[in-house]
Parts: sequence; structure tokens; C-alpha cells
Amino acid sequence: MTSESGSIGSINTALEMPRGTSLWEDGWHRLRKNKLAMFGFFYLLLLILICLVTPWIAPYGYEEQNLRLGAVPPTAEHWLGTDTFGRDMLTRILYGGRISLMVGFIATAVALVIGVTYGAIAGYAGGKIDNAMMRLVDIFYALPYMIFIILLMVVFGRNLLLLFLAIGAVEWLVMARIVRGQIQSLRQQEYVEAAISLGLSPLTIIFKHLMPNALGPVIVYTTLTIPNVMLLEAFLSFLGLGIQPPQSSWGVLISYGVETMEEYPWLLIFPGLALTTTLFALNFLGDGLRDALDPKASRD
Amino acid sequence: MKLLQVQDLAVHFHTRNGIVEAVNGVSFDVEAGKTFAIIGESGSGKSVACYSMLGLVPMPPGRIESGKVLFQEQDLLGLSERALRKVRGKGISIIFQDPMTSLNPYLKIGDQLTEPLRQHFGMDKKTAWQKGTEILEEVGIQNAAARMNAWPFEFSGGMRQRVVIAMALVTEPEIIIADEPTTALDVTVQAQILRLLKELQQRRNIGVIFISHDLSVVSDIADEIAVMQNGKFVEQGDREAIFRNPQHDYTKMLLAAVPATQKKSDIVDAAPLVSLSNLVVEFPGGKGQEKIRAVDNVTLEIKPQEILGLVGESGSGKSTLGRAVLRLLTPTSGQVVFEEQDISEYSRSQMKPLRRRMQMIFQDPYSSLNPRMTVYDTLAEPLLLHKICNRKTLDAEVFALMDSVGLSRESVLRYPHEFSGGQRQRIAIGRAISTKPSFIVADEPVSALDVTIQSQILDLLLDLVNRFDLTMLFISHDLGVVRYLSDRIVVMKDGILVESGSVEAVFEHPTEDYTRALLDAIPGKRLFLDDAAESMEEGTIT
Repeated sequence: MTSESGSIGSINTALEMPRGTSLWEDGWHRLRKNKLAMFGFFYLLLLILICLVTPWIAPYGYEEQNLRLGAVPPTAEHWLGTDTFGRDMLTRILYGGRISLMVGFIATAVALVIGVTYGAIAGYAGGKIDNAMMRLVDIFYALPYMIFIILLMVVFGRNLLLLFLAIGAVEWLVMARIVRGQIQSLRQQEYVEAAISLGLSPLTIIFKHLMPNALGPVIVYTTLTIPNVMLLEAFLSFLGLGIQPPQSSWGVLISYGVETMEEYPWLLIFPGLALTTTLFALNFLGDGLRDALDPKASRD
Repeated sequence: MKLLQVQDLAVHFHTRNGIVEAVNGVSFDVEAGKTFAIIGESGSGKSVACYSMLGLVPMPPGRIESGKVLFQEQDLLGLSERALRKVRGKGISIIFQDPMTSLNPYLKIGDQLTEPLRQHFGMDKKTAWQKGTEILEEVGIQNAAARMNAWPFEFSGGMRQRVVIAMALVTEPEIIIADEPTTALDVTVQAQILRLLKELQQRRNIGVIFISHDLSVVSDIADEIAVMQNGKFVEQGDREAIFRNPQHDYTKMLLAAVPATQKKSDIVDAAPLVSLSNLVVEFPGGKGQEKIRAVDNVTLEIKPQEILGLVGESGSGKSTLGRAVLRLLTPTSGQVVFEEQDISEYSRSQMKPLRRRMQMIFQDPYSSLNPRMTVYDTLAEPLLLHKICNRKTLDAEVFALMDSVGLSRESVLRYPHEFSGGQRQRIAIGRAISTKPSFIVADEPVSALDVTIQSQILDLLLDLVNRFDLTMLFISHDLGVVRYLSDRIVVMKDGILVESGSVEAVFEHPTEDYTRALLDAIPGKRLFLDDAAESMEEGTIT
């Protein structure tokens, strides 16, 4: 410290800095520097935006058939071609995206909320509570989830939102296990003991000290869950439990495309492209998020 | 006879952030039957210097810039990976620092021990096993034949290090590199391992390169010592010269790793701040096994503004005792009285208002800080929780704390991994004093740190104790460290307090054999007991 005024100056500048800094803000700053992750982020944002305004921008109605036209490859009128009923593929992919993205995000969010909370509590509590909670997960895991979903559908009727919830309620099991394992090993760290000796409540410790450190695997698994539930929805729809024609989703379009792959390849290629690019974007964003939220990744 | 000649060795790391000159022109010889010790802080390049001779430094980013390493009439630096592999183990072998991680947990001791024999000498399994058993006996493992079939987890830290030494010896190398072989061990075990190394070396007439951060460890075994700083030997000479007549400032600093501050030592003769009576802590054993009694019927008092040193080996229950006092765990029976309240059965919510009055400093500064919280967050958390200051005064208070523990204010937004071990411990200390506690439990706060850093941290602790009138329970396995700052010492063994008394009483007239063993184990005690006598005479400790 050279002079009194110099040190006061540095205090003042430093005093400005801390306000509002948090792991999340720091993470956002770092994320913005990751080009690939930002590409993924904006791609998804754009996709969501398009899906929101689909009813106004779609060139045709999603159930508009033109049986005389049949399946044609991409033309000036039908940019991505038409299916065997002569329905415009672009329109169907746009409408399908609405459903697929909704399933992907809502069901994953459900899985995330239940799984993380449940796993964190079990991992933190340990002992008998942990044992009881995890055995319950095992039991659920052993039940064929199809029966569970069919039961839900039968009891409550076929309903899109319910479908999302049902899928989410199946997917949380693995998330709970992952989080519980993470929390259990992090719980041994001395900073947790330090937090206890400061008098913090268990919930604060779980959500402030433990969860941020368990984020890496959670984020990675989340980006894997989203495509998983999109495909699960296609499977359920195939069984007649999900959405019904003429409504569509990417999963439904793809499974239909697979059947007619040899004669009309564009029926598979375009919905397939829509799904894979979305998954790529999700993975880029997920990896970027994981790195951005890890302070050890380079700071510059 | 010169076994190894190192001439002007330089190793640089070419990283994205520029060139790191890890080793910058060092020269030394290793002779048969002699020990050459390299002393330096972590990061001084002492390990890199040794590992680069054997091609064990990753290249890139490492690069050998210059130098020669002559061993058995060939330059090791010019050898191919294949030829080097023959030298490793057979000619030069290494003893690593941490015996807990240098043995493969999934291989039996015997298999690990005989592997190099079969690799380098093509011995058949039976002969190799026979030879392994002999070596195991030689390093002082009892009942060696049966122990060959044991798994690593069945061995204690000291025994594992013996096995690691046996592994290094089994190929009958000419040179052994011992890289901090005792740093992870208790003082008493350390003394045994050092003695063993010395014996083996003389019996087999091998050369030893001994790497350590602690000058006192090598005071009994080194023949020649080099002090390393920033990639260079700042001083090099035989043992007596280094210890009796150090030239370089850094060597003097290493030798005088004694805190400069002294405790005020004005213990108030008042009611004890903390008192334990018949405290017992038990842990459930494995299935069908008896309970483990970690703390057995302990009764003791800590007066206000006293520093009580609690000494014992690992597993003696001293950390458990410390945690029980803070009610981080619940005692099985007995009482813990803090500020005249019996807190032994308080619930979490009853404890909460007391939490700010009692704090803890942990051993490992690498795990005691949340890696995803900045210094600011770490220090602000307790301040807000206990409403010590409001949002407006928070920043000023955090800065004041950083000043108290000697952290620069610019680093307020940094994350723990950006700090060195000593600085991290400062952050942890800052967190502990943030709530203005009256009582602190310090659980081995310096044992994970380099010697020079240790004395700085001890200084800081003493300074804070004086400034804030703190009372402290100072837990350590190292009597030397405890002696510097304690008013009174209690010695713990197998959960029982075996001895207690003033510092002089315990050091001058220990009544228990165990205490005597601990005292004998202090590395370099000859050197330091001279000083001890002087400072006692000055009457600084009452």
C-alpha cells in the first residue's frame, strides 16, 4: 500500500464489485464467451419462438390433406415435400415441434424437480431415511413404467399435460439416484461441516452448498433426458397412448418416416434433421453450462 | 563412489500462459550409502527435478532445456522410453508421498511386491514370492509370509509406507528417490520410517535422494542438503554447515520456522468457558461388532482465553472430541458445558444462537471451502445468517475480515481454487472469526501446509487470539507445533486422556511412556530442544 488515498480508492472500487455477484451471474458471463454453447442457446430460443407462432406462420393447416397429390419430394409449394396423405411436411414438422419441445421441457422439468429434491434429501439425511427412500425408488424402478402410464391414462383420461407428467414421473428415478450419490460424497467434505458449525439449516446447506457442486452430472443427465422423453412420447403415441393423428410430433413423424423410408426418404430425413439439430444444440448448451458453472474452468 | 551425477539440469514447462521455469540449472551428485536431501516449498521444483531424470514428467508441456544426468555411464536424458523403463525400478526407484494412494487397493500386497521382480528379472512366481517375503521381513513387517496375502486396506498408514519401501527395494536398485515419504504420516510413525530408511540404506549401501519441505525431518538422516527455491539451489552443503551456519536468508527462514508473535498468556482465573465431564462418544461398529469408543470418559476444562493443546496420533479420538465439544456430533454420555449451559443434549435449533459463539477451523483447506463460492460469499454467509451486519455494512465487514487474516482485498471475488493452501486456510480462519466467537476448535489447522506457511498461519492464529481474546482448543499430532502456542497440553491415546499439564511440565517431565514416545518422535528435536530451553528460560510461557 503506497499511500492512504490509494488504499481508500481501491476499497471504493472493490466495494462496487461484490454486489449481485453469484455463481449464476459469473456462469452467465462465462457462458457468453463459449461460442458453441451460445449457438446452441440461440438455436433453441429461435426454435421455441417459431413453435410459439406456428399457427400464424405455417403455410398450410396441419390436417389439410391432398390425397390426389400424395407423397411428393420437396417442391416450390411444399418446401419439405408432402406425406402419403399429401399433407405439407414443413407444417407438420412445425406443429410436431410444438408437442415435442413441450414434452421435452415439461417432462424433464418434472423429472428434474422431483429427482433432485428427492435425491438431495435422501443423500443428505443418510442412514435409515436414505435407505427407505432409495428402496422406494428401487420398487418404482422395478415396476414396468408402461403399466404405470397406461393406468394413469385410463384413470384420468387421455390428456396431453397428464402425458407429460406421467413421463416426468417415470424419468425422475435415475435423476434421484445420480443426485443422491453426488450429495452423499459431497456431504463428507469439510465445508459442509463448516456450514453446520455456522448454524445453517439443512435446507440451506443442501441448496446452497451441496447442489451447486453436484450440478455437473445433473446438467449432463438433463441434456440426455430431453431427447429420451421425446422418443418415449413417440413410443407412447405409437401405442395409441400419446397424441393422436392428425396431430403430430417429431417422434411420430420419424416413426412413420421409418416405415416408408425406402419409397419416400424425405419423410424420415426432415423430421430426423429437426430432432438431431435440436439435440446437438441441447448438448452444446449443456456442456457449456457445465463448464460455465464450474469456477475451476478457466476464468479468462 | 558417485552413483549419479546431475549437471546443470533445467526443465521448463511451456504452457499457454507462458514458460514456467520449474527447474533452472541444478547440479548435484549422489554417492553410495549417502543421503542427499532436497528441501523446498511445494512448487519449488524439487519433485520435477527428480522425476525428469526418469522421464516421468509429461512432455509436452515439460521440456528439458539443458543438462546431463549420468548414471551407470550413460546420460539418462538421452535414453529412449524403452531404455528408461529398464532404469526405473531396476536402477533407480521411487517412494511416493502418500501410502494411501500409492498401493493398488485391488491387488494383494504380495502381487504388487513381486510384480517388478517378474517384470524386470523374469523370475517365476515362486522365487519372486520367496524374495518378496524376505524383503517384507526386512522392512519390519511381522509375520511376513502371511502378510503377503493381505490386502492394502488391512494395513495402517505406517505399514503401507513400509510396503511401498519394500516395493522400491525389491529390485535392488542403486538409488532410491524418496519423495516426501513421511509427510502423510503421524510423527511417531514418521520417526520409525526415517529410522528404517537409514538402516536399509546403510545395510545395502544405496544412494538416497530425499525430497521434503521440512528441514527438520532430514536433520537426522541427510548427509548433504540442498535448499531449493524457484527452481534453483539457493544453498547446498553438508548437514552440519546448513544447520549450524546457514548462509542464505531462505534457509534461515526455514530453520527459524517459529512463530514470531508470543501469546499474551494472561489466562483469567475465572469459571471455565468450556468444561467436559465424563464425556463418551461411541460409533456403531460393523455388523455384529462392538461399538467403537472414540472418546472414553474424558473430563477437562478450558479457561477463558486459554489455548489448550490436544495431542495424539491419528485414531486417538482427538478430532472426535473436538467435534463433540462443538456439538457437531452428539455425545453418547457425559456433559459438555459451554458458557455455563449444558449443551450436550441441545437440539439443532437450540444450538443455533450458540453457533456464533463457537467456531471451527478445519485441517484440509482444500475441502473446507465450498469450491463454488467466492471469498466474498464464504465470508458474507455467516455475517448475514447471524445478522451481524446488514446489507449496507456487509461489504465493509467482509473487507475488514480479509484485512484481519491478511488477504488482499483485490482477491475478494476469487474462488478457492485460485488460492494457495496457506491463503485458503486464511479464508477458512476468516470465516471462523467472522461471527466474533469466544471459542474456536482448530483441528490440525497447519498439518496440510508447508513448514514456512505453517509458521505464518500459527502467527496469524496467535495474533487473532490476542486481538479478539479467543479461547482455543488446538488439536494436533505434532507436539512441536502445539508447544509454540499452547498454554496447557493434554495428551490423548485411544480415546483416553493420558497426560495433562503445563507446556514445561509435559516437555520436561513427561510422566507417561506414550508422551515420551511422542516427544522422541519430534523430527530434529536435538536442534529444536536447544532453542526450547532458551525460550523457556526467557519465561515467555507461564
